[in-house]
Amino acid sequence: MDILRDLLFDYTLRTVALGAATLGVVAGALGTFAVLRRQSLLGDAISHAALPGIVLAFILTGAKSTFVLVLGAAIAGWLGTLVVMTVVRHSRLPEDSALGIVLSVFFGAGLVLLTYVQKLPDASQAGLDRFLFGQAATMLERDIGVIAGLGAIALLAVVVFWKEFKLLSFDPEFGASLGLPMRTIDILLTTFLVIAIVIGLQTVGVVLMSALVIAPAAAARQWTNSLAVMVLLSALFGAVAGVTGAVISSSAQHVPTGPTIVLAATTLVLVSLALAPERGLLWAAVQRRRQRQQIRADAVLADLYALAEHHEGEHAHEVSVLEAMRAGRTDVRRALGVLEERGLARRSGADAWTITGTGRDEVERGGE
Amino acid sequence: MIIALEIQLVAIVVSMACALAGVFLVLRRMALMSDAISHTVLLGIVLVFFITRDIASPLLVAGAAAMGVATVGLVELLRRTHLVREDASIGLVFPALFSIAVILITRYAGSVHLDTDAVLLGEIAFAPFRRFEAGGVDLGPRALWIMGGILLLNVAFIAALYKELKLSTFDPGLAAALGFAPGVLHYAFMTLVSITAVGAFDTVGSILVVALMIAPPATAYLLSDSLPRVLLLSALIAAIAALAGFWTAWLIDASIAGCMAASAGALFLLAFLLGPERGVIAVARRRERQRWEFARLMLAIHLLHHEGTAESTNENRESHLGEHLRWKPAFARRVVREAEDAELLLRLPDGRLSLTATGRDAAQRAMAG
Repeated sequence: MDILRDLLFDYTLRTVALGAATLGVVAGALGTFAVLRRQSLLGDAISHAALPGIVLAFILTGAKSTFVLVLGAAIAGWLGTLVVMTVVRHSRLPEDSALGIVLSVFFGAGLVLLTYVQKLPDASQAGLDRFLFGQAATMLERDIGVIAGLGAIALLAVVVFWKEFKLLSFDPEFGASLGLPMRTIDILLTTFLVIAIVIGLQTVGVVLMSALVIAPAAAARQWTNSLAVMVLLSALFGAVAGVTGAVISSSAQHVPTGPTIVLAATTLVLVSLALAPERGLLWAAVQRRRQRQQIRADAVLADLYALAEHHEGEHAHEVSVLEAMRAGRTDVRRALGVLEERGLARRSGADAWTITGTGRDEVERGGE
Repeated sequence: MIIALEIQLVAIVVSMACALAGVFLVLRRMALMSDAISHTVLLGIVLVFFITRDIASPLLVAGAAAMGVATVGLVELLRRTHLVREDASIGLVFPALFSIAVILITRYAGSVHLDTDAVLLGEIAFAPFRRFEAGGVDLGPRALWIMGGILLLNVAFIAALYKELKLSTFDPGLAAALGFAPGVLHYAFMTLVSITAVGAFDTVGSILVVALMIAPPATAYLLSDSLPRVLLLSALIAAIAALAGFWTAWLIDASIAGCMAASAGALFLLAFLLGPERGVIAVARRRERQRWEFARLMLAIHLLHHEGTAESTNENRESHLGEHLRWKPAFARRVVREAEDAELLLRLPDGRLSLTATGRDAAQRAMAG
């Protein structure tokens, strides 16, 4: 309950948790589309490419206000994605190479600008540290205003352009055949992805922001096949990861917030991969086991049927015979148990079994 | 000036080593694996440091390389579940491992003399101050020896396994069918990439390793179709980027590694725009030329079609092309003039257009397909 009290009344924690949750919601919702479109790593490229924009915004305006820096980051990140799209469209390079080049070259250019800035007087605060790793602890309510404002715009866009974004994610060719400007829609969606990423840079940092775009969406994907549900779940997971990360890092010493948020999100992914119904690994393992049992039971049933064919009337067959027919490779008693449950065989003696009428029907139906 | 020379040498050796390994990353569409590896090696370094407590231990490199290979393995494992796609599995694995590393470093900052800044950014300018000495004799910067060794390792690896690498890169199915064990080769190659990344990030930092590994090979790939030439070109481009980066940094007094990455990017941009065969401008010019060639051929076919028929007095005129081929007057005028220049047709005194023997021949050949 201490944590709950802190969340409500501790100013720093409340601010950080609120900011991280907002970020998680926005990144989670927009990230859904990135993950579905196999553009997960676009987020990584955007967040790195934002560096020169931030530094240039600082050089040009001399301001350190969150909004100006975020704007600079957004413009640079947006340009970076345009470069990726252009390179992929007009050369034979695969997308991953284009992403790698934009990511690293933009970042390098940002580094050059940054070393230039650091020679200017009164520039120490536009630190690279903050950009790389984020500094959630210094978040102010004002910053949350910027995050929430821009985030709300991005979320609103998802609602307004829902149909278009859905079409872009699943069947862009069909969209184009309907006469929709798919390229423009692509750029539009990417623009809002850029916004979702740049607002988080100073909280969780450049390397880890890309994870916040991917992880909630990858986790949400496991639980549903509906886009709407996936977007909502992903936003929820993002928020949960944000708050969890903020709380853990505030309750222990020397635990940075950004990486903790990422690990919280990663945990959500692992849990989802393991437990999600229909798709999860555990589910699949249970399913496989059940199928294997079924196949074994069917084999024993077929043996019983074959034995019955060779005997007049009802005849009980020893388990040892059935075991011999399976060459000892199957747990016959267990298979018989399964068959009994389904009413396909019944016990007729101390250690002997008979196929039932239903069992015969089953085999004859399967044999057709 | 000896220091400047040493820095340049280190820069060239680092870039060339990265570029050679990078060629196969680009061709195998695994470019972003370099990004993942260059981040997760940090965790390897931290973990080995906790065990050995020695920041100069050569085991650090081994641990880092092992973590790089482990990253590849984890990504593969995640992808094999078919629950997440490959891009997402890269994006899930490396931030998680990197986060663990950052948390460990921050938490035990007092006892670890590891600076995340230095790891991510590197500082090649300090390379000359860490010397390699043997028996009291100064043999030059340590980084030069380490990276020189890694460069040789890359050259030896590629030379020894050239055939296997080439086959498994361009036709992994055939490589597997012929018994080349692409899986083993894959992990061996990723070990090489990890070692190269570890060696390089000490000098240029982990993010710019990506620039050096991807940009020069991608540039070379835009310029050539032959694997040996792409390898040589990337090494050359890498060296040029290193030198250009060094001197730019020298002039404007900025980060050397950053300038190297920016130069590599600039070279890529040049090749992308001006490349002789595949450059954007060359392609645009070729398209433009083909457009006119095609129009001339269309004209010749049109004339051939109506040649000697009653309507030819009417059809075979420049003024009629607008109606029949939907050409604008200015376009039609230019096509006719160019066709005349190419001696495909003649303009008769009454204004009719008549095919020459060359023109008739070209039209007939085009019709025959």
